[in-house]
Amino acid sequence: MILDMTVQGAQMLLVLLLAPLFTGFVRKVKARLQRRQGPPLIQPYRDLARLMRKEVVLAQNASWLFRVIPYLIFAATWVAAALVPTFRTGLLFSWSADLIAIIALLGSGRFFLTLAGLDVGTSFGGIGSSREVMIASLAEPAMIMIVFTLALIAGSTQLSTMAEFMASPAVGLRVSLGLALLALIIVAIAENGRIPVDNPATHLELTMVHEAMVLEYSGRHLALIELTASLKLILYVSVIACLFVPWGLAPAGAGWPALAIGVAAYIGKLAVGGFLLALFETSIAKMRVFRVPEFLGAALMLGLLATLLRFVSGSF
Amino acid sequence: MTLTIVLACAAALLALAPFAVVIGRSAAASRLIYGASVIVPAISLIAALAQLLGTAAPETVTLPVGLPWLGAHFRLDALSAFFLIVVDLGAASASLFALGYGEHETSPERVLPFYPAYLAAMTLVVLADDAFTFLVSWEFMSLTSWALVMSHHRLPDNVRAGYVYLVMASFGTLALLLGFGLLAGSDGLYTFAQMRAAHPPAMLGALALILALIGAGSKAGLVPLHVWLPLAHPAAPSHVSALMSGVMTKVAVYGFVRIVFDLAGPPAWWWSIVVLALAGVTTVMGVLYALMQHDLKRLLAYHTVENIGIIFIGLGLALAFETYGMTFAAALALTAALFHVFNHSLFKSLLFFGAGAVLTATGERDMEHLGGLIHRMPQTAFVFLIGCVAISALPPLNGFVSEWLTFQAILLSPQLPSWGLKLLVPAVGALLALSAALAAACFVKAYGVTFLGRPRAPAAETATETNSFSLAAMFLLAALCLLAGILPGLFINALAPVSSALVGGHMPVQTGAQWLALVPITASRSSYDGMLVFVFMAISGTLAAFAIHRLASDRLRRAPAWDCGYPDASPATQYTAMSFAQPIRRVFGTVVFRAREHGEMPPPGSTRPARLVVELHDLIWEALYAPLAVGIGFAAERLNHLQFLTIRQFLTLVFCTLVILLLVLAIWS
Repeated sequence: MILDMTVQGAQMLLVLLLAPLFTGFVRKVKARLQRRQGPPLIQPYRDLARLMRKEVVLAQNASWLFRVIPYLIFAATWVAAALVPTFRTGLLFSWSADLIAIIALLGSGRFFLTLAGLDVGTSFGGIGSSREVMIASLAEPAMIMIVFTLALIAGSTQLSTMAEFMASPAVGLRVSLGLALLALIIVAIAENGRIPVDNPATHLELTMVHEAMVLEYSGRHLALIELTASLKLILYVSVIACLFVPWGLAPAGAGWPALAIGVAAYIGKLAVGGFLLALFETSIAKMRVFRVPEFLGAALMLGLLATLLRFVSGSF
Repeated sequence: MTLTIVLACAAALLALAPFAVVIGRSAAASRLIYGASVIVPAISLIAALAQLLGTAAPETVTLPVGLPWLGAHFRLDALSAFFLIVVDLGAASASLFALGYGEHETSPERVLPFYPAYLAAMTLVVLADDAFTFLVSWEFMSLTSWALVMSHHRLPDNVRAGYVYLVMASFGTLALLLGFGLLAGSDGLYTFAQMRAAHPPAMLGALALILALIGAGSKAGLVPLHVWLPLAHPAAPSHVSALMSGVMTKVAVYGFVRIVFDLAGPPAWWWSIVVLALAGVTTVMGVLYALMQHDLKRLLAYHTVENIGIIFIGLGLALAFETYGMTFAAALALTAALFHVFNHSLFKSLLFFGAGAVLTATGERDMEHLGGLIHRMPQTAFVFLIGCVAISALPPLNGFVSEWLTFQAILLSPQLPSWGLKLLVPAVGALLALSAALAAACFVKAYGVTFLGRPRAPAAETATETNSFSLAAMFLLAALCLLAGILPGLFINALAPVSSALVGGHMPVQTGAQWLALVPITASRSSYDGMLVFVFMAISGTLAAFAIHRLASDRLRRAPAWDCGYPDASPATQYTAMSFAQPIRRVFGTVVFRAREHGEMPPPGSTRPARLVVELHDLIWEALYAPLAVGIGFAAERLNHLQFLTIRQFLTLVFCTLVILLLVLAIWS
């Protein structure tokens, strides 16, 4: 019980501490791929610390909701991230929310962030929010279809059980798994506002989505929002890692050596995932905003196809 | 005993109606009638709760009213008790809201007499135990609600709404009348007990299903029978809108469940396919229609259509599982549907109350003239936000739990042997997921444009907070939304007798799992604990706030909005409801509504403003109802000549008809 508590607490802290580092790592790799020096790996921490120390400049007509929302979305995302097995399955509280609930928690976060975009009543906030809900309206159903596929394969929507099943030899190579992985990558890119859907690095581009929504935020509020974005990115990479490359995950009740291996494997997976993300982002151009529905529609169709295959026959 | 109390409550409400006519316009009338309408349903609510939670045996009563020698039969079983709770909770909260809201009513004498009668009618529908009582109560419910819709009859829109409602309601009742006629058979078994025992042949059962879908479906708002709903629900005073959307559609669901699960005999393999296909289309169409609206109350009314779709998806799945003897899965799907019935009645009433509060404060239903109300109506804004989160199916509130259960039921359906269902259910699952995401978009729009941003018209600038009675009603419902979200196990346990009675099984008792988690099947398969998620969120949010304020900075300065350096003073530069929905309109609306938009540029030198024209087509109305209306009009025009025939022509007509009928009879036999 004590060990379980420790592991759950360690998991919560681990994702929180690693999230800015991961973002910094992706930025660094991207910079190196573009033959730039790039900011140091710990730059995101410095940014966060600086932002937190600054005073908040609040728009005159911002409401109480605008000030509460950064904490709300941070809480929702952190709770979601704490329930994804990163280095050990069977987390103490993993039964409190299955994968559908984790997706919905992220949905809650997005709901409030889009409201924040509308609160001050500027045109930039509106444009960001309205585009964000358009993207979400396709990404969320695609994600649910992916969850359906994986849940039908593993016989569970519980991430720990799913990861254990995926690590077992019973899983084998399946068509539906391949389709689901492809769809999940598309959804993860869209949900985190990465290229080609949105560009996290620009600030004054007509097609921007996430940055337009949070334009009015400053100081500690902005720090929380940036931290939440990093947490969300690491969460999606962790979900992909624990479902599709579950090797090295320590089983429930494992001892310290297995846990150490688990943590090392997790950091290794993050490094590979971050590198692939940076490579992908460097090699592709940003899409026009109304091309995004086609991109995400593909994910939705892939997810639906994968689910249909599972419904039709258990062997796909 | 319980049934007697409940019937006495209904009788008391009925008696209030003529009393309201007598006291008429006096100042105290509104207080008196609404006050009584809080207390009487509250008593009835307690009785129904006792019946359901005590899992008491069904009670029956036969009253010597109605048809001579036959009487009126009433019965209170688990299903009736559950729907009675929904009706009474909605009725009591709506009356509490109206205690304050009713002061603003311009013509109370048109609302007060019908309001208690309407409440009584809905109670009697769920209690009726024979076809005659059921249909009379049903029609009474339609007529009283029609009268309430017409209470502001001088507005041209309301006249049209009332007319369409009356036509559709009569059509629906006709379908139910025929359905009950078929179930009663040639022996005229008109009590439900006799119908239940009779086991109708498959053919009759199937026809009864179709007629129930038309009759109850049109009242509930299934696409394509929904057309009256977004016209009529917003036209009524807001507390009646809440009752029509939150409660009366549930009474229609009750009618469907009673006929299909209880009376029509064992389901055939294709029943669930029809229900699921209709429900899937209803879900997505409802929310897409809602997204295109900028009238707050109409948006809410269209959104009811979506939720009815979700409920019918659950019912369709339950029907499918029942057909193939998967009792446990059927119980799960049915519980999901019924829990959503309860949840929707809570948050839809709450949202309509909020819209009513906004309407009285600003005189506006059009969101394009609102904005920034969170500063002027902070408490209404807070509870409306809770309603929005709940209806968007977001944790930790209640809407999420019932949708989560529906998803869990979908995940059990690959075991169904039917190929049609194997192909249909994943598609329905995708539609459900799509509608959930679109619902969130819809309520970001509704909340963001109405309550956030800057005021778009003077009315929104001078609004003040609504009265304390209305706020009490809204806070009550918001608290129940939270309670049902974090402790869903209690509510699901209470539904066990209902699903046992209808599909012969129930979900496992939900209090055994640790920390009150919701475990529909087994803990390793899926579980959700709303309370824990809520507590975790509260702790981590507070922790973050505390740590940052304590260790870093808590300074704050107000300044003009940044807006990338070009803030515009005019609130017209904000996003509007129409512009917010534009990306979604472009993605989905071009197909579903044949949406087109084009700019009208004035010629050079002209001072006329440029306009963006958006063209939307309601294809269901244009393809189905408009031709029907034209056809009926055409036929009426032709038949009109029959009025002006001479006596000779009339006699010839009668003679010819007689000859034709005799010929038909001769050929028939």
